[in-house]
Amino acid sequence: MKYAYYPGCSLHSTGKEFDSSLKAVCNAMDIDLVEINKWVCCGSTAAHNVSRLMATALPMANLMLLQDMNLNEVIVPCAECFSKFKIAQHNVKTDKKLKREVIKAIHNDCNEDAKIIHPLSIFSEEPLLSTIPTLVKRDLSGLKVACYYGCLLTRPPEVTEFDIAEYPVTMDNVLRAAGISTVDWSHKTICCGASFALSKPDIVVNLSHNIIEDAKSAGADAIAVACPMCHANLDTRQDDMEKKFGTHPQMPILYFTQLMGYSFDISPAILMLNKHLTDAESLFEQISQHV
Amino acid sequence: MNTDEVIQIKEKSFSFTDTVAAVGGIDVSFCYQCGKCATGCPLVHEMDLTPTQLIHAVQLGLKDTVYNSKTMWLCASCLTCSTRCPQKVDIAEVMDTVKILIQREKKKATVPSVLKFSKSFIDNLKLFGRLYELGMIAELKLRTLNFTQDLAMGIKMLKKHKFNLFPGISGSREVRKILSQVRKQEKA
Ligand code: SF4
Ligand code: SF4
Repeated sequence: MKYAYYPGCSLHSTGKEFDSSLKAVCNAMDIDLVEINKWVCCGSTAAHNVSRLMATALPMANLMLLQDMNLNEVIVPCAECFSKFKIAQHNVKTDKKLKREVIKAIHNDCNEDAKIIHPLSIFSEEPLLSTIPTLVKRDLSGLKVACYYGCLLTRPPEVTEFDIAEYPVTMDNVLRAAGISTVDWSHKTICCGASFALSKPDIVVNLSHNIIEDAKSAGADAIAVACPMCHANLDTRQDDMEKKFGTHPQMPILYFTQLMGYSFDISPAILMLNKHLTDAESLFEQISQHV
Repeated sequence: MNTDEVIQIKEKSFSFTDTVAAVGGIDVSFCYQCGKCATGCPLVHEMDLTPTQLIHAVQLGLKDTVYNSKTMWLCASCLTCSTRCPQKVDIAEVMDTVKILIQREKKKATVPSVLKFSKSFIDNLKLFGRLYELGMIAELKLRTLNFTQDLAMGIKMLKKHKFNLFPGISGSREVRKILSQVRKQEKA
């Protein structure tokens, strides 16, 4: 299987461990990821606050780069980028006037039929869902994980075309296939504060704390995420949570690909398990039994 | 004072409600004030108008009430409201549209740090084509003059080599071209 790959800005910096672990997991499953040459930022959390045309033009400019690669399916792992791509494509399909403006702005046509894919979607479908258990080399059944989907993978469902918006199960199915137990909990899709990370950190500390507390009460040892922004908010704000609420949550936050990779026995250095501000390595020390 | 003021765009006059429809492509008249958007909003406790009230104000053309509110700046774009609205009103898009109109009319942002973040982000893109996080943070700190906030966290992140110390410039020309073309088209 061969796909174009759009890592997005975060996966080249604060979310490097997502990039590295995704590539390793894909490699194990014989998925070929070809990074788009000269991709640019999708506009992320900022462009839509400033201009609808800008927020649509940036993803569409990236999708046009696919044509030089003779590929029309692109893997977009960052939930923020995934959402911006899906929304932009949906907007040009449904708003002819906007489409004309976008074509003018990017000096290029609009790639309306490029397939924008989140890795969880293909991992949770056949043939890959059945491939995952065959690659498992470590027994992680002692680990209980809360799968956190955040806002942007599932909403709005008619645009993202990803799972059930109010209670998604895709990531749970993928991690269970890798032999990891996942918990039922109520904060799967409740906002972590998103882009307020830098502009209104007090909001992020409150919302992210609620999420961690709920995962704890559901008995989770760790939270799995699919978004670098969710990761940053949940992982890096735990010291602030201690300051505000008295106790340090000590909740490891991992990308779902790091968990899959660990069960495939990919080395912790490639999975970059040491990159997180809240210690995630000791989590594996007790349970990492080889099968 | 709250009036249904007339606004000029592209030499045509629109009332505030129609402007929101024209710029954002959303017709708020479908809203029947059920309150569902406010009930599910994770930020409603921080807002002065609930999302339901903000939509009502837009329906009534109460431009000043809307512009003076902090609500749209405190919206995290989580899209819960737009997903759940029984009338398919894209409330989150209304929030974006109001923010865009405020900037176009050069009016004041009631929560300046949020707009400063977006501006720092876009400036960064113009320079580098991709987000260079350290550069953006530095610019945001200059814009907000708040150097101590998050310092401890930043140092921890640096130690973990979370940031790239130097920016790349791949695609920066392309982005500059698109952004300046967007600006031109929006002024036309
Ligand atoms: S959910 Fe929709 S119909 Fe109900 S109050 Fe909000 S905008 Fe109006
Ligand atoms: S998109 Fe904004 S207004 Fe709507 S529920 Fe989320 S935070 Fe609230």
